[in-house]
Amino acid sequence: MKLSHLLLTAAAAALAVQGCKMKSTESAVGGDAASRTYVAPGKYDELYNFVSGGFSGQVAVYGIPSGRLLKVLPVFSVNPENGYGYSEETKPMLNTSQGFIPWDDQHHLALSQTNGEHDGRWLFANANNSPRVARIDLKAFKTMEIIELPNSGGNHSSPFLTENTEYVIAGTRFSVPIGNQESALDNASYKKNFKSTASFINIDKNSGHMNVAFQIILPGMDLDLSRAGKGPSHGWFFFSTYNTEQASTLKEVNASQKDKDFIVAVNWKKAEEYVKAGKAKKMATEYYHNTFNEETHSATSEIIKEVLTLDPTELKDFVYLIPCPKSPHGCDVDPSGEYIVGSGKLAALIPVFAYQKFVKAIEDKAFEGEYNGLPVIKYEAALHGEVQKPGLGPLHTEFDGKGNAYTSFFVSSEIVKWSIKDLKVLDRVPTYYSIGHLMVPGGDTKKPYGKYVVAYNKITKDRFLPTGPELAQSAQLYSIEGDKMQLLLDFPTIGEPHYAQAIPAEKIKDQSVKFFDIAKNKHPYVAAGEKATKVERKGNEVHVYMTAIRSHLTPDNIEGIQVGDDVYFHITNLEQDWDIPHGFAIKHAPTAELLVMPGETATLKFTPKQTGIYPFYCTDFCSALHQEMQGYMRVSAKGSNVPLKWGIGDTAPGAGADTTAK
Amino acid sequence: MNRKLSAFAKVSIFVAIACIIALWFTPMWRIDLAAPQYPEGISMNIWINDVKGDVEIINGLNHYIGMKTIHKNDFKEFVYMPIALGIFCALGLVVFFLNRRIGFYIWTGLLLLIALVSMYDFWKWEYDYGHNLDPTAPIKVPGMAYQPPLIGYKKMLNFEALSQPDIGGWFFVAAALLLTGASVYEWRRAKKMGL
Repeated sequence: MKLSHLLLTAAAAALAVQGCKMKSTESAVGGDAASRTYVAPGKYDELYNFVSGGFSGQVAVYGIPSGRLLKVLPVFSVNPENGYGYSEETKPMLNTSQGFIPWDDQHHLALSQTNGEHDGRWLFANANNSPRVARIDLKAFKTMEIIELPNSGGNHSSPFLTENTEYVIAGTRFSVPIGNQESALDNASYKKNFKSTASFINIDKNSGHMNVAFQIILPGMDLDLSRAGKGPSHGWFFFSTYNTEQASTLKEVNASQKDKDFIVAVNWKKAEEYVKAGKAKKMATEYYHNTFNEETHSATSEIIKEVLTLDPTELKDFVYLIPCPKSPHGCDVDPSGEYIVGSGKLAALIPVFAYQKFVKAIEDKAFEGEYNGLPVIKYEAALHGEVQKPGLGPLHTEFDGKGNAYTSFFVSSEIVKWSIKDLKVLDRVPTYYSIGHLMVPGGDTKKPYGKYVVAYNKITKDRFLPTGPELAQSAQLYSIEGDKMQLLLDFPTIGEPHYAQAIPAEKIKDQSVKFFDIAKNKHPYVAAGEKATKVERKGNEVHVYMTAIRSHLTPDNIEGIQVGDDVYFHITNLEQDWDIPHGFAIKHAPTAELLVMPGETATLKFTPKQTGIYPFYCTDFCSALHQEMQGYMRVSAKGSNVPLKWGIGDTAPGAGADTTAK
Repeated sequence: MNRKLSAFAKVSIFVAIACIIALWFTPMWRIDLAAPQYPEGISMNIWINDVKGDVEIINGLNHYIGMKTIHKNDFKEFVYMPIALGIFCALGLVVFFLNRRIGFYIWTGLLLLIALVSMYDFWKWEYDYGHNLDPTAPIKVPGMAYQPPLIGYKKMLNFEALSQPDIGGWFFVAAALLLTGASVYEWRRAKKMGL
């Protein structure tokens, strides 16, 4: 063969290889996707999407279908952007029995429900690390309450709600000895001493206030996720659990040995009856309950010293175990309340349990035995059926209200749509990459909204412009209106999104608070008007009652502060208009700054270490004269005879004492 | 000579009084402001004895350009206006019992006079408010005055202003139209009957 022929053949071969290259990540997007997620300027999104912030400790709010970030809500982590956790008023929110803990790992969210539908009142959030549950008010989009959980090793199985927001639950991920006891670390002492707890936090119908009503002490194992029953199964709670092997080390292997773990089914109505009948045991403990008061704009911490516990090995008939293959993550209840979908993350199938069959199995005593004193129901007796070969690594399932289920598959990186009735796989779409939870708006309620499914991805790889070794996590929006799922949009998220909730904008937007009524401000250091501004010394403490209004702070000149004084700047924002917060920052303040909402009072503490002049100013661009919204504090030596003086304009300390040449 | 009022005029007295009394329950005048940065709009409502609505927001905005802040207590009109209209209503009863056309004409004239004086007073206040700017104001636009329109639409810098009667104002207009109409009717009736 001539050389030219050889070259031609090689070129043709190269072209042929190019022609059959593999599918790229952008190939799944349809032509009209952009128009379906486009929200024109001046128009609002259809839905609010509340997305957990993972290790950021916060909650992010996105608009759907645009994927635009609307707000980051500070919940479990300090937030220098607005002084949450830094201001004197918000510091108590992050108090725990182990002291001030200014960060957490926020995994799941639950919107309050009435009759099994989202009602737009509150959003509940869990802290996985230092076990806590928060309540966020959806009028002011503000964290109003954080309750700590005693006897919990890690609050992962939380916060999930009953259909009328009777309880929010909190299940332990890491079993620990109850009462913070010390214990040897080996499998024998794990089996003997380690327990998990399922805490039932009661929600006050009107105020939303939380209190730990009772805790159920369960055998040592890891509670993962949970769902309340609804409709016919209302009164029950279902928890998925892994490490029923009760291993204390190398769980990757040792907690993955058994063919089936359990779904723990708790009859909470019966538990409630036992508590009412006085059958719960009082146990001494200590945990914090932090509440934010809307009128004083301040949080307070209360220490609670006891908790009621129920032992299901003594009170036999309210906790049952359903075998579920294999290390289940999600255990999701469908909108009818009839089916419970277990997602064994190491299983190659999806088991679906039927509530009626489960109840009948209890009646028929169809038990296969006991596990640590708890009755185990026969697998087949509760089973509706199995979805065969759905994919690899099923994690979590949501529903569209038309009899379809959507399950996320971490290992095979896809969403699979299947029919609850006949358990047939209907459709599958790839996710880029490694999906965790997914969310159908209202997919955990009796009436899913059912237009979209959002995939929350753990690993993002090439979805966005590279930003070094660390990339943002991603959410992906799919349309589920037709028979086939269709990818519409990628949007980056803060932290690691674990789970989310979404609600039609109509249910929230009109109740949104625009400003706080200054006439109702009962903060102990409020200055409701510039005439009320003053500076007071109490020994080493100096309290500055300061006001902010466009475009000045009053007072803007302060003298007589001494090195080492604890100076409390109490800033009242006098504005009564929407979206006019004022910021407050002082040079070298080591904490943060404040962002004070209209009508609100917030306090920044600053202890100057050196003499000098300390400028302070507004940090939130508020008006044409924002840059002029500033002032000075004079700090003199300790014991100095400079008197305490303050003012603005004609009353400023130096005003009237004109020393310029006349 | 018959100088008595027609039934129509008699009824109109009470209707007019009712319209004027409505001013105690509804705003008289409104000034609406719109700008792109205020998508929700700003509006000020003038009542017979008060000024309501987004007054504080307007005060906040106007301080940049040195306009005076608006405070209820600075308006003696809020004292005079209820007294004047209260007297007007009482006089209506007198006109009814006197039952003389001349009284009706004078009473109608009085309402028109009150309207005229009020509008003049309003214009004067607007002129003063828009022209008497604080010499130490942070922002000065050469040659710019900020007098709102007496009635109708005007663009001032990036703000659009619309000034018009509010519900109570329309009741007032209705009362004035009714009484004027009734007076014309009385006048013609008298002429026709050769009285």
